[in-house]
Amino acid sequence: MNLFLGIIIFIISAPFIGGLLSGIDRKLSAWLQGRVGPPVVQPFYDVLKLLKKDTLVVRSSQNIYILFYFIFMLFTGCLFFGGENLLLVIFALTLADVFLVLGAYHASSPYSFIGTQRELLQVMAYEPALLFAATGMYMVTNSFYVSKIATFGAPLIVYLPAAFLAFFYILEIKFRKSPFDLSTSHHAHQEIVKGITTEFSGKALAMIEVTHWYETVIVLGFVYLFFGYNIFLAIVVTLAVYFAAIFVDNTVARLKWQFTVLSAWAMALIFGMGNILVLNLVGRYF
Amino acid sequence: MQLLGFLILFPLVIAFLVLLAKNEKVRGPIIKVSSVLISAAAIAFLVTNFHKGIQYFDVRHSYIDKILFAVEVFLAGYVFVASIKYRQWRTTVLIVAQTAIAVSFRIIYGSSIQVSHNIFVDKLSIIMVMIVAILASLICVYSIGYMKDYQRIHKEVKDNRSFFFFVIYVFMSAMFTLVLTNNLTWIFFCWEITTLSSFFLIGYAKKTSREAKINCFRALEYNLWGGIAIISGVFYLYYSAGTVELDKLMNMGKAAAMIPVALICFGGITKAAQYPFCKWLLGAMVAPTPVSALLHSSTMVKAGVYIVLRFALVLEGTMTGYLVASVGGLTFLIGSIIAIAQDDAKKVLAYSTVANLGLIILCAGVGTYEAMWAGIFLIIFHAVTKCLLFLCVGVVDEKMHTRNIEDMCGLIISMPKVSIMMQIGIAGMFLAPFGMLISKWAVIKALVDSSPLLLLFVAFGGAATLFFWVKWMGKLTLVERPEKDVEVEVSYNRWIPLYILTLMTIFLVATLPFVSNWMVEPYIVEIYGRSAPMDHNNIMIMSIMLAIVMLFPLAFLHRSKRVRIVPPYLAGINTGDGKKFIGAFGKTKCMEMRDYYLDKYFGEGNLYKVGVVLSLIMIAGIFVSSVFI
Repeated sequence: MNLFLGIIIFIISAPFIGGLLSGIDRKLSAWLQGRVGPPVVQPFYDVLKLLKKDTLVVRSSQNIYILFYFIFMLFTGCLFFGGENLLLVIFALTLADVFLVLGAYHASSPYSFIGTQRELLQVMAYEPALLFAATGMYMVTNSFYVSKIATFGAPLIVYLPAAFLAFFYILEIKFRKSPFDLSTSHHAHQEIVKGITTEFSGKALAMIEVTHWYETVIVLGFVYLFFGYNIFLAIVVTLAVYFAAIFVDNTVARLKWQFTVLSAWAMALIFGMGNILVLNLVGRYF
Repeated sequence: MQLLGFLILFPLVIAFLVLLAKNEKVRGPIIKVSSVLISAAAIAFLVTNFHKGIQYFDVRHSYIDKILFAVEVFLAGYVFVASIKYRQWRTTVLIVAQTAIAVSFRIIYGSSIQVSHNIFVDKLSIIMVMIVAILASLICVYSIGYMKDYQRIHKEVKDNRSFFFFVIYVFMSAMFTLVLTNNLTWIFFCWEITTLSSFFLIGYAKKTSREAKINCFRALEYNLWGGIAIISGVFYLYYSAGTVELDKLMNMGKAAAMIPVALICFGGITKAAQYPFCKWLLGAMVAPTPVSALLHSSTMVKAGVYIVLRFALVLEGTMTGYLVASVGGLTFLIGSIIAIAQDDAKKVLAYSTVANLGLIILCAGVGTYEAMWAGIFLIIFHAVTKCLLFLCVGVVDEKMHTRNIEDMCGLIISMPKVSIMMQIGIAGMFLAPFGMLISKWAVIKALVDSSPLLLLFVAFGGAATLFFWVKWMGKLTLVERPEKDVEVEVSYNRWIPLYILTLMTIFLVATLPFVSNWMVEPYIVEIYGRSAPMDHNNIMIMSIMLAIVMLFPLAFLHRSKRVRIVPPYLAGINTGDGKKFIGAFGKTKCMEMRDYYLDKYFGEGNLYKVGVVLSLIMIAGIFVSSVFI
């Protein structure tokens, strides 16, 4: 019963939460840049308008990939909020992302192509830290199930501070925010135009936008797990983490892929793996 | 028992038949009929024996050992002469050393060796028999036409096809014996046969091609190191424990068994092309493509991992096992990273093979029941999908005369069916919910429970795997310019193996819970007494995922017509058909898209050296730890 409740709440509320967060993001960014900025509900207006626009494509079947990107993101969220296996969640998330990349490949356009290459590098950069965070949670709670991890009787952050640090670092990559907005970005006037989403328009672009909202909620759900023992604290910290990410986005310039991969892997190795090894030693000798 | 004899002896008979049949009109039908018979025998073998427990057979004839010994000495003599002829001093020394050990073993103990069971059948050997029989048969059928065209294109290479097929059938027989025998001296013998098959087939063009010559002798050299280790292991085992039987070795207790096990595992590491020996398998890609598919990805190299998997129970929880696992893990990591920098499709497949074998060795070294489950799953899935991918690359190579992944852009138009088969193969290699990814998941779970440090290899290596596979898969869907359909010229004896392999891949994925429940788990239960690393809930989720992925191709049939097709965005300077643009100095240029290979960072040079140094340290550790257990 709990499972279905989680899934239904996720499917219905996630786009609203994600869209709202995106609106707050834009308002906050505007404030940081000394502008007034759009209303908080602007992202919803945008999507509604996109739905009314013509759908232009380069190749007739490219939007099918986006549909599956959307479906698998939804599926990932259902697994996560249904309390299922965390490793499966990560794999499903990767699968969703692969569909987006393949769609951009399929579009056969130079700008979306350059986006795919960078997106793949980004996926490569963030995956290890994500896996280490999940395995760290398993080592503490003895379960990969989100339902068990979320209701664990103690704050996971106490056991996994370093792994959380590595996770926080790759969060910026996962959100595709500066300094790691390599593959696509909200601002179109730059060397990669819109990167991976260049050739998507109308309904397909609206779908990408909504999928991104879902993704935001799922990723923030991961953050929540680290603090899950106290709901209020967890929500406050999760939001704080999100705003911190926006703050970083507005204060730093974009980095090269070399630094992105190297630093993300170094973080994963030192903090993610380090945390796991310490846990293992502690578990073995104490 | 009859089936068993059939599987071992029938390929030998066919081998001599095809050697005599110089005319391809005679040879073709023989190969086709025998392929069907061998596959049927393997399936019958599975059906009649899988539900039974471990069966031992006592095949005892004094002259079998004598014949084997005579063949061994003869082959050693041949290799010796060939090495001298081609001035390969390292292989000359190695073959002398190996033969000296083998002969002195025979002289000292030959008459006193008592073997109670020469042949045994358990679930792992049945799984191996199935893989070898079906894949090798399909590849044989594919080779008939492929080799015909190969000879047509490479006029300088002497037509020696009857010998080519002779070697393949001898190899098949050796492979069956290798996985069915309980006698370690027989294992050594078969090991040598597979090494030599590989030598002959890589060196098919060795008289005219310098590259083929270098690579076939390198393969020989590295595999001889493994052969020396195995015969020394057998020697030591008989000296210390007075037996040459596999089952007795496995039940001897860890302390007593560790030295021979370490030596034999070293042999497995060489054959499975792990660091520092990986170079031979990469060089082996000069062989005709069916050879690469047969020996160097789906069957022969599996002999290496098979032998290490056999000792998983002995290795479990020991320092030696940990180090064996580390060699595998290191190979997985470095192999996957280097694969990013390769644009030759066969090279990518070779590196990914090396990497996946590393993952299996990692499982074997860890040796827990969860790791073992993952290891066997990997063997099955890797064999089928890799075979499919190799044969697809072979067809593309034949028709478009290129193996470069960059040239495969537009393949969805020029060779639609092959392109889709290739995409299925690639998806099977790395994507959830397909087999390989499930195995990787099981590996992660197994490692967290036993040795988390090894997770390092899997997490980073897995991330790299994703990069190079998606890159390739994307390239297959990308279209830069109009292409011509050249697929119609592909003949039926290429299509049949390709279709069967594609269907097998899909079938294996679709019946995943059954493969797990009926094939893999019974074996795990048989040796560990417990199992079930995957609970049914997860299997259900995976089936749902699979169902959604299956909908993907269907979606193409019902694609929306309400879209407007426009040229790609080229900064507003499109011209002509919209896929060209006006470049600097007003010239019209075609758009081109090249994948990232990032050779400077992920190239072979430095990473290879790092891998060699680290793996040598680990291998030294394997031997040291086996002595001081």
